Amino acid sequence: MSAILSIEHVGVRFGGLVAIADLHFDVHEGEIVSLIGPNGAGKTTAFNVMTGFLKPSQGEVRFRGTSLRDLPPHAITRLGLARTFQRTSVFPDDTVFDNVMIGLHRMGAAAGRVPVIDALLGRAAAGERVVRARAEALLEWVGLAGRAHEKAGALAYGEQRLVGVALALATEPTMLLLDEPVSGMNASETRVFVRLIRQIRERGVTILLVEHDMPMVMEVSDRIVVLNYGRLIAEGPPDRIRTDPAVIKAYLGQGSAARQAAAAIKEAAHA
Amino acid sequence: MNRLLPLALLAGLVAMPLGLGTNPYLLNALIVTGILTIGAMSLNLLLGFTGQLSLGHIAFFGIGAYVSALTSLGFDVDLGLGLRVVHEPWPAWVGFLLATVAAGGCGYLIGRLSFRVRGAYFVIVTISFAEVVRLVALNWVELTQGPLALTNIPPITLGLPGLGMWTLKTKLQNYYLVLTVGTLCYGVIARLVGGRFGRAMRGLKENESLALSVGINATRTLTVAAVISAAMAGAAGSLYAHYLRIIDPDVFLFATTVTMVIMVVAGGKSTLMGPVVGGLIFGLLPVALRPVMAPEAQWIVYGLVLIVILFVMPQGIVPGLSALLSRRQARPAPVLEVNPAVQR
Repeated sequence: MSAILSIEHVGVRFGGLVAIADLHFDVHEGEIVSLIGPNGAGKTTAFNVMTGFLKPSQGEVRFRGTSLRDLPPHAITRLGLARTFQRTSVFPDDTVFDNVMIGLHRMGAAAGRVPVIDALLGRAAAGERVVRARAEALLEWVGLAGRAHEKAGALAYGEQRLVGVALALATEPTMLLLDEPVSGMNASETRVFVRLIRQIRERGVTILLVEHDMPMVMEVSDRIVVLNYGRLIAEGPPDRIRTDPAVIKAYLGQGSAARQAAAAIKEAAHA
Repeated sequence: MNRLLPLALLAGLVAMPLGLGTNPYLLNALIVTGILTIGAMSLNLLLGFTGQLSLGHIAFFGIGAYVSALTSLGFDVDLGLGLRVVHEPWPAWVGFLLATVAAGGCGYLIGRLSFRVRGAYFVIVTISFAEVVRLVALNWVELTQGPLALTNIPPITLGLPGLGMWTLKTKLQNYYLVLTVGTLCYGVIARLVGGRFGRAMRGLKENESLALSVGINATRTLTVAAVISAAMAGAAGSLYAHYLRIIDPDVFLFATTVTMVIMVVAGGKSTLMGPVVGGLIFGLLPVALRPVMAPEAQWIVYGLVLIVILFVMPQGIVPGLSALLSRRQARPAPVLEVNPAVQR
């Protein structure tokens, strides 16, 4: 297995704030890897660096050997690295079907042609039919065919996540970055989504996900990378991460502090 | 309805001179309204479909007017340092083409310059650009005659080899010329917006990060939209110059941009028919009001009409009416509404 995505000593600083200190790990072809860590650990920042929305202060990201250092987001997508977003995963004012149509932007943009001129000359019609068929197939595949003509912004949170995945898949990625894909989903929706992730992988797409739902992460991941305070604190298969003292400390440390604070507030209220 | 309404309107406009006769006052109002409506349609491509407000849109219109006028009038300018540019008059239709290209070129520059920043910056850049162009037109007297105006601009001459030539001197001829160019612009915008390019613009407007992440190139998409929009405004300006046959730096008046914005917003931005409907209403309102009130009072009515339209239909006339229509049609199924207070 070769590394498809390499994060090479990436650091991100906003002025004096260190969001990511020094992050270094690889994702191999065909893997499902999860990036976890307490809130504020730098997971979403890491995603933004990988997809060109943020420039790293140091280090670089390589995707299939190409440095992504100076590439804008749309160019990175064209290399085959697609992502979903945590909160705003849809084009809210369009129907679900039109969302996917927008997502299929890259399709039909064959090299050397000028799409605007094609549209003006009416040559795009045949291409449009192919794109529409593809959009229908994609919606069918993620299980949203029944929702095709509803406004995306009016869907339930979990369904908007699915639209986001359909949009990312529309770019025909070889690797998919999912930012908290099951937040807002109930247990059965999550189960369906885990199955979907596995199906995506079976199609040859490598997956890196950020997620807070630990049972889901433990179930789906081949490997887990744990971040805390912008640093990698552990890396390995789920079983090892579950028992890793550094990981337990990172999560429980925070949890017990929160419990103490809650207890203190309760006492103050009774006094 | 979406397909039929524009065709019905077009048929009506084609037939209008036959029905109403060739009343020169009415034809003049229709021609000027038509030219401004083309401007409004081009503005809508930016304001409605990409969400970028160009408050200097009149600059492209004015550049079109001046380029076309100067091309067909010729000029003799001393640039200093012994450089002298002499241009012999060319046919007016060449002026029309050059005007379109020159305005489109300016649209490219403005787009490249300002779409890296967007929003308020774009508004400011476009206003400044329009003001700079106006000052040039006002002060470069040797080229533009400044406030003395460019006069005697020739009318457009159309010809087909073997069929003869027509010089479009009468109002009726100009009316059909404007209608033809307007229809063409409408068709171009409809084609663009209905396809892949339109989806890219919508995506960028609704959720830019997501649009980037599906591979849409923001700068390129917005720049292309700006070029096409500016080129159409330039074409409208050229029609204006060859119809009125006199232009002065007042074609760059900020108020004209505002009129176009009003046409777009009242008619319904990001709809194809919105600027046409808004353009016809606000362009022809003075015609309807002239017999009953003084010009000063007309402005008050103008403002009131705008307020009423936006109060009743905040999205504009076309979206408002189509929402009304679809509600009518969908009436048989009144869904039981749950009172949000009880829902808990």
